[in-house]
Amino acid sequence: MSGGDLREIRSSDDVVRVRQEVRARAQALGFSLVDQTKIVTAASELARNALDYGGGGTVRLTELRNGGRSGLRLEFEDQGPGIADVEQALRDGFTTGRGLGLGLGGARRLSNEFELVSQPGRGTRVTITRWK
Amino acid sequence: MNRIPILRLGQALLVTIQVDMHDELALALEEDLTQKIWATGARGVLIDISALEVVDSFIGRMLHAIASVSRVLDAETVVVGMRPAVAITLVELGLELPGIRTALDVERGMALLRRRDDAEAEGDVERR
Repeated sequence: MSGGDLREIRSSDDVVRVRQEVRARAQALGFSLVDQTKIVTAASELARNALDYGGGGTVRLTELRNGGRSGLRLEFEDQGPGIADVEQALRDGFTTGRGLGLGLGGARRLSNEFELVSQPGRGTRVTITRWK
Repeated sequence: MNRIPILRLGQALLVTIQVDMHDELALALEEDLTQKIWATGARGVLIDISALEVVDSFIGRMLHAIASVSRVLDAETVVVGMRPAVAITLVELGLELPGIRTALDVERGMALLRRRDDAEAEGDVERR
């Protein structure tokens, strides 16, 4: 997908910056405080995944306007090892790293739309959308 | 690297998290607090997160680790001041912070720790 704004995720400071930018945009779109918090939290999980498991990556932020609806779409992409078993990765409590294994499943629950595309050896792309 | 200050408040330690922490800062806090509990013999730890707009699974893991280590060192951890939107999000995320005591604000958190100390003191008297 084209359009939107691309941001790098190369360090944990970048994860903080992604959180702040997602917050600012959700606020500007008129999201409620709870909805802002949900998408910022989901963004934080996915940005950290891209950093910790993907060796760094990018996020594309796109503001959506569909008739009377407005939303925010975030596409996280990395060129890391990818996910062999997506079902397993989405299950709560599954982790290969230092987290709690709530990142992917949690991000899915906090979003209205969720798509995960991954191939071993080719990286991972996770797209989430939250509507106002 | 910046550190998050840890204040001593009677028998307890008080940490007020006022910045959006990056992961290394959160890990440093975990270490600093453990060291400080050991050095001061504190009986309680209050972590004020009222300024935090987001608590994700990493911060959740940190709070959990602090509470576990504190308990091993005979100190009770109370997380205080969680914002309502953060609480709603945490539950949806699947992170209900089991084993962590919470209170609405620092004052109530302190009261909780005091009650624990009083109850133990009473227990000591009864045992004698």
